[in-house]
Amino acid sequence: MSSQDEFEDQPWLDPDAVPFISIRGVTKKFGDFVAVDSVDLDIYQGELFCLLGGSGCGKTTLLRMLAGFETPSSGSIFIDGVEMSNVPPYERPVNMMFQSYALFPHMNVEKNVAYGLKRDGVPKEEINLRVAEMLSMVELTDFSQRKPHQLSGGQRQRVALARALIKRPKVLLLDEPLAALDKRLREQTQFELMNIQEKLGVTFVVVTHDQEEAMTLSTRIAVMDAGEFEQIGSPTEIYEYPDSRMVADFIGSINMFEGRVTQNSSDHISVSGSEEDIEFFVDYGMSIKDGNKVWVAVRPEKMRLSKEPPTAKKANQIKGMVQDIGYLGDISIYRIKLASDRVIDVTVPNQIRPKDGKHVAYWEDEVYLDWDAASAIVLTR
Amino acid sequence: MKQITTLDRMKAPVMARNWASELMGFLQTQWKAVVVFVPFFWLLVFFLAPFFIILKISLAESLIASPPFSPLFEWAEDGVMSIRIIFDNYSYLWEDELYLNTYLSSLKISTISTVICLLLGYPMAYAIVRSPPTTKNILLMMVILPFWTSFLLRVYAWMGLLADQGLVNDFLIWAGFIETPVRLMYSHFAVYVGIVYTYVPFMILPLYANMEKLDMELHEAAADLGSKPTTTFFTITLPLTWPGIVAGSLLVFIPATGEFVIPDLLGGGNVLMIGRVLFNEFHANHDWPVASAVAIALLILLVVPMMLYQRVQAKETESD
Repeated sequence: MSSQDEFEDQPWLDPDAVPFISIRGVTKKFGDFVAVDSVDLDIYQGELFCLLGGSGCGKTTLLRMLAGFETPSSGSIFIDGVEMSNVPPYERPVNMMFQSYALFPHMNVEKNVAYGLKRDGVPKEEINLRVAEMLSMVELTDFSQRKPHQLSGGQRQRVALARALIKRPKVLLLDEPLAALDKRLREQTQFELMNIQEKLGVTFVVVTHDQEEAMTLSTRIAVMDAGEFEQIGSPTEIYEYPDSRMVADFIGSINMFEGRVTQNSSDHISVSGSEEDIEFFVDYGMSIKDGNKVWVAVRPEKMRLSKEPPTAKKANQIKGMVQDIGYLGDISIYRIKLASDRVIDVTVPNQIRPKDGKHVAYWEDEVYLDWDAASAIVLTR
Repeated sequence: MKQITTLDRMKAPVMARNWASELMGFLQTQWKAVVVFVPFFWLLVFFLAPFFIILKISLAESLIASPPFSPLFEWAEDGVMSIRIIFDNYSYLWEDELYLNTYLSSLKISTISTVICLLLGYPMAYAIVRSPPTTKNILLMMVILPFWTSFLLRVYAWMGLLADQGLVNDFLIWAGFIETPVRLMYSHFAVYVGIVYTYVPFMILPLYANMEKLDMELHEAAADLGSKPTTTFFTITLPLTWPGIVAGSLLVFIPATGEFVIPDLLGGGNVLMIGRVLFNEFHANHDWPVASAVAIALLILLVVPMMLYQRVQAKETESD
């Protein structure tokens, strides 16, 4: 197996790979406000990279700096090896899909899509051919003569995508591409976006606040907070091994317990809960001193819920009382009140149809929660 | 008898209530019609009626009498009505070169003024829209501020500024650009200064209203697709602000064409404009029919091209 095949899906692990976009020490200030705080980032060809974070975290500013609408206060951005500081937006090898779509209201679909090619002086026959091809790809052939205001939200989104892709950019920047669509359409479009990205081999950089969207779409996610990257990694890494409480909390839901390290060896860590009477046993080692304060996080779906006390096991379990049950169809969320008065969430898949509304446990029931040593995460910050 | 009056007395408030509730009911269901009809009726009485009176006078003959024109309808002695329509006033306008030249001169002055207003107003409106909210309000206020003073007073102020011993000449002499005063008053230049000064807010305000709706992200989208700033202006900004340009231009062009005070005070006898001719026909010549014909011809001159434009516009929106 050559190194190229080995890293085909994960170019960021290949030490020889040349990044396609290189962000080096980029800072952006608006007056006194630091929107982006000296960040470094490499994005590789063919990636579908997500910038994920809450509003005001700097993700959109970073994207706009890639597009050239904002200039970094310091630091530099390289795209395909070229330094971009003095390159205006209209000369960059990137195209952007705007959150509002920014379709030209006075032009029909065909003219909107052809706009970029016309600016480049592409011959008329070629424009017509490429526009027709693009419209058929996004399934808008029948709507080519419509104006934007005569289209539905989903159709407008596809026009915006077609318009941004027509120039065959090396990088496509997408600002909250699915935010304006309803849930069903959003899910469907997510997969369409992935298919198109795969088919054309364009590098996608997506800005989103929707963690579910980021999880489904991306090869890698950068979680941003207060202008900095909290963590960069594949969706699995980010979800299963968040390296801070902020990331753990932002992606999915999680139950967090404060505790002190009682034993730390190369293959496990033992933590004793500060507020709750829990002995944690985590099956990986970390370089932490005994007695240090840490947080142990367990995702709701990784906890088992039963009415019988677990047999012969002391670590990784706790007793509680059912306070609330949320039935979502595929799963049920149990809100469990612990002895410390804290309420934590546990999800239980409804594998078997509950007969006569029969659930695993009922309101006010005393229940036991337990989890595997491999399921908990130890966080130091 | 007494019984009936009591009964009536009892009935009266009930009927009044019915009447009031009926009116309320009518207003509730028909308020749109009422809201449209009232101003419409106002316009009908105070715009259309004078128009027909002027039209009537323009078809009459000038007389030395009071009123100074011949009646349009007359009852002949045997009870037959005779109508006398005279087109002489209109053919007179055509025959006498003065009128044609004045119309052309008026159109030329108002066209050039409109273009200057547009060239000044467009960037101003754009800058106002793009400025931060607090500055924006101050700038808008400053555009409207001149309306707080009488229009006539402001024109007189310009007379003071442009006079031989006026501020402008004084300044130019003080700065050493000229040695003797330059003639600024009673010239086309003075008229253009007056018209542009007076009407530029009418250009800025509709443009501002139009540009306020302009999504600045469209400019970024155009730039992103490879459009240089000048191309973006001609392919995006200009087409989208076109309705504002048309509205502003009409608001300047129409009143400027019929302008009387500015050419009279700043232009004197040197500048031919139809407003002045009209005034002279009415007052100096006391020829109401010809004056009315001048007014009607001006109206046709302005309204016909506008109607044509509107039809073209309507067709374009239909085909969208």
